[in-house]
Amino acid sequence: MMHALLAPFAYPFMQRALVAALIVGALCSMMGTYVVLRKLAFIGDGLAHASFAGIVIAYLRNIDYQLGAAVVAVLTALGIGFVHRKGKVSLDTSIGVLFTAAFALGIFLMSRQTRYTLDLQSFLFGDILSVTRGDLIFIVVVGAAVFVAAMLAYRDMLFASFDPVVAEAAGLPVKWLDYGLLVALALTIVVALQSVGIVLVAALLVTPAAAAYQLAKRFTPMLLLSAAFGVTSTVGGLYASYFLGSSSGATIVLVATLLFFIAVALKRLRPA
Amino acid sequence: MSCDVELHKVRVSYDAFCALESIDLCVEHGEALGIVGPNGSGKSTLLKTIAGLLRPERGSICVFGTEPRRLPRGSIAYVPQVEAVDWGFPATVSDVVAMGRFAHLPWWGRFGPPDRALVDEAIEAVGMSAMAGRHIAELSGGQQQRAFIARALAQQPRLLLLDEPTTGVDAATEEALRHVVRGVVARGTPVLMTTHDLERVNEWFDRLMVLDRRMLALGTPDEVAASGAYAAIREHTHTHGHLRVDHDPHEGHEAHPEVRV
Repeated sequence: MMHALLAPFAYPFMQRALVAALIVGALCSMMGTYVVLRKLAFIGDGLAHASFAGIVIAYLRNIDYQLGAAVVAVLTALGIGFVHRKGKVSLDTSIGVLFTAAFALGIFLMSRQTRYTLDLQSFLFGDILSVTRGDLIFIVVVGAAVFVAAMLAYRDMLFASFDPVVAEAAGLPVKWLDYGLLVALALTIVVALQSVGIVLVAALLVTPAAAAYQLAKRFTPMLLLSAAFGVTSTVGGLYASYFLGSSSGATIVLVATLLFFIAVALKRLRPA
Repeated sequence: MSCDVELHKVRVSYDAFCALESIDLCVEHGEALGIVGPNGSGKSTLLKTIAGLLRPERGSICVFGTEPRRLPRGSIAYVPQVEAVDWGFPATVSDVVAMGRFAHLPWWGRFGPPDRALVDEAIEAVGMSAMAGRHIAELSGGQQQRAFIARALAQQPRLLLLDEPTTGVDAATEEALRHVVRGVVARGTPVLMTTHDLERVNEWFDRLMVLDRRMLALGTPDEVAASGAYAAIREHTHTHGHLRVDHDPHEGHEAHPEVRV
């Protein structure tokens, strides 16, 4: 029985997918805590779409697509922060303007190619089973860098997320924390891109943290609960997709959604 | 004479609207300065400017000999009038007050027992010990206000800025806050505080400033009361329904020539 349950992970591609699922699930859902608390749900979608331009440029220049996606996503994130601050428009508007611009640039460049072999489908919907050894190294290195930065800035980021005005008066570098968060989100999205794809990556940033928000009364428990939901979603989704023969990205997001509704139900059932 | 807070010909504008004009001020070490004035008189703007949140269009501001933004972390604690925070944020009273310590901790530093002790002490000072574990959404308005003042106390700032901390709190809380403020002042920390409430200004403040975009009066509470500047503004507001002193003269001004600066 146990043997049958562990059978999927006998394959090397499933082992790599499992490691990717663990890292992507934990990283996205922890960063997602800030996304939910700062009401930035739109940004996951935005930066993921923006990174598409990077993928196309990297393809045309024959360089590593993850590098291209990372550079364009980070530049778009900084641009969003800059337009928001200098243009005095809401963050939502700034995201709306810049991510569509970057996405359009990607389509524009691609449409000028008479023939292309770029597998659009795998970027839009992700394929965690195709994670290579090289992809895994990228995921581990960038994921670890984002995680360490987030841990170091943990308290400052918490204060600045809760009460940016008072934090700024107290001398915290609120502006740089904002930019730093946008860059960290851009990198998180690129790390997750191959696993869940452009269209669904936003769900991993928002849904586990939104579920944790239902149940947690304090910040650190919310962060840990969100990570637990995230990892359950990615690993559970991967596992389920193996038996269901379904798309791994879509299955992961559906598991996360299921957990979210369970959390909402638990909150309503729990005596106040 | 050295000033902990020094403003020289400060002017602050929001786009085309001038909120403060030619403010000169020197706040000394261990001084409680009350700031009174009608709504829209620039009281909050003054505090935000001193906190480094707004930049003056003209003039200069020195806090402990430098620009507010160049001060070391944790130097200034600011308690806004209305906390524009998300009350659904997952944080208890104790969590919010702990943030006051964050300004002093380096990124690699540990939130240790001394920090914890300061947090508990600050919560105790505002009489919230019994509610330390409560979620912030479960507090009344006055309790929320006290939690934010406790956060400012836990920060152990060199300068404390309070924007209308007594609005909407009961008499007992107000009395507790007055003790807290006088305690901070007694330790040498200057406190700048705006208020609507003119009762007992003598007990709260060493000096009082009357503000209506310009500084109309500055002195001990008794001196200010004797100057009639605040009474004049209040009367002006009541009889004319406006607050500004920069409109065309009318008979209301003749009764109170001191209002024209």
